[in-house]
Amino acid sequence: MNRADPTRAPFDPAVLLKAAFLAVVAIFVLVPLLATLLGGFKSLGELRVNPFGLPQHWEWQNYADILLSGRYWQLLRNSLIISTLTVTLTLIVASMAAFTFAHVRFFGSSMLLSYLTLGLLFPAATAVLPLFIKVRDLGLLDSYFGVALPQVAFSLAMSVLLLRRFFKDLPYELLEAALVDGCSYVKFFRHVTLPLSRPILATVGTITFVNSWNAYLLPLVMLNTDALYPWPLGIMVYQGEYSSEWHLILAFITLTILPTIILFLLAQKHIVAGLTSGAVKG
Amino acid sequence: MARQIASSSAIHVARPPLAAQASRGPSWDGRYTVLILFLPPALLLFTLFVVLPIGEAAWYSAFNWNGFGRPTNWIGLDNYRFVLETRAFWLALRNNGLIIAVSLCVQLPLALTLALMLSERFRGAVALRMLFFMPYILAEIATGLIFSFVYDGDYGLVASIWRSFGAEPPHLLASTDTAMLAVLIVIVWKYFGFHMMLFIAALQSIDKSLIEAARIDGATRTQSLRHVVIPLLYPTIRLSVFFAIIGSLQLFDLVMPLTRGGPADSSNTMVSFLYNNGISRMRVGYGSAIGVILFVICVTFAFTYKRWFMRDE
Repeated sequence: MNRADPTRAPFDPAVLLKAAFLAVVAIFVLVPLLATLLGGFKSLGELRVNPFGLPQHWEWQNYADILLSGRYWQLLRNSLIISTLTVTLTLIVASMAAFTFAHVRFFGSSMLLSYLTLGLLFPAATAVLPLFIKVRDLGLLDSYFGVALPQVAFSLAMSVLLLRRFFKDLPYELLEAALVDGCSYVKFFRHVTLPLSRPILATVGTITFVNSWNAYLLPLVMLNTDALYPWPLGIMVYQGEYSSEWHLILAFITLTILPTIILFLLAQKHIVAGLTSGAVKG
Repeated sequence: MARQIASSSAIHVARPPLAAQASRGPSWDGRYTVLILFLPPALLLFTLFVVLPIGEAAWYSAFNWNGFGRPTNWIGLDNYRFVLETRAFWLALRNNGLIIAVSLCVQLPLALTLALMLSERFRGAVALRMLFFMPYILAEIATGLIFSFVYDGDYGLVASIWRSFGAEPPHLLASTDTAMLAVLIVIVWKYFGFHMMLFIAALQSIDKSLIEAARIDGATRTQSLRHVVIPLLYPTIRLSVFFAIIGSLQLFDLVMPLTRGGPADSSNTMVSFLYNNGISRMRVGYGSAIGVILFVICVTFAFTYKRWFMRDE
């Protein structure tokens, strides 16, 4: 913990043990991922005899075929549309509600807030059948909104809690001063609160995005048309079609998790902060 | 959106009287505008897609209904009786129990140990943290598919290790004895990094002077760990347990690509049981009954746990 930690002697057996332990865990995590990436470069025959090592002959064709097919891009596009809709709507709806809870005192405010936080207590799956019927009766079945709107509803609880806490911590004098100067609540929200809250908006946006991008159950229940499938559904269909042609499936998996990994490497801090702060502060 | 824009231009018109009132504290007009405009979208969406479906699940669960037309065939509590008489339901419940046990006995100690190691500064510590966290952000579906390759009896990694010892490779996911074990290993692989990060965040917020004080008082590293650091982590440990249990009750996506709950229901979780028996066959009443049972378990657990263990948070 301290930079000048005296326990960092070079030949301490405890250090060696620790390094060995970390190495074992790292291998446990890495091997399935690397085998998937490399497996996509092998032929099926080679995969059977050499699933671990580097390919003897690099089959770029597996990846190229997928990248050149319309299918892969269509899946990513659908996922992107659904996730973007979900994130945008969540940020708008949740920040408006959080602002009200943070700055406007009204009768029943704390009751309504606990009502919203009920959403943290149970998984979406519990009521997915009635939800399906509701979405069907609203005529939203088999549409992007049929997936996005329930996702927004389920992400509201956590988002409102995180945003409200942040809004509350902004200096209250700002609001007072603005109100004295004749600025309305709505304008204050648009021109002061939101610009000051970029970090928390990024955090909430990231959590929502990752959850929506990876979601499987809701799209599975709400969508029937292949052309609308997001990638988790698409990849299950692909796996069904190529059931044991593992080299193709592995290439497809690699390409579909690639955006997530790139996003993770680019926005590590937001993602880690977002996913753990949701937990710690929620 | 259009409504929001329209009314914010209405506020421009209403500005002079607002400004006049402002000196007497927050104006009523401004507050009402916010209440009327800002709260309803969230409440509406939440009520429509989260709260109402739960209530409707309770209602539908009293019918034998395939989802078409209106429910008319009232059968009272029979659906609950059918669920409780199904062997697969109890298997699913047992499996959820197993997941919780593994989360508490394997995953949590592993995460805590790694957090203690990686919260110290040394070269590569941050890279290792990121590596261990990475499985958590991968989609469950992708993770499940990756491991269905790892476990594959013909092409998989496990099969290859078996063959190198000259043994006939097992089909782990196809046997009722090993399928659930295989799923449990994937669960640890995917989620330990999240719990590790929780612990690292908590460790970093510990006041270093407490550990320093213990050291000055002559405590060894192990002693200060046992009597200072771990007790300071109790709130985070309780939180981590909470997430492990709630997470296990929600587990579905991971199971589908691995086993779909099979073979012979041996690796179903509550949600995959609900999917296989209620949703995929559109048995709305029966599926809703499972949903209500799951809901009751989750809510009872959450309230009890919060009351007993997280009173101060």
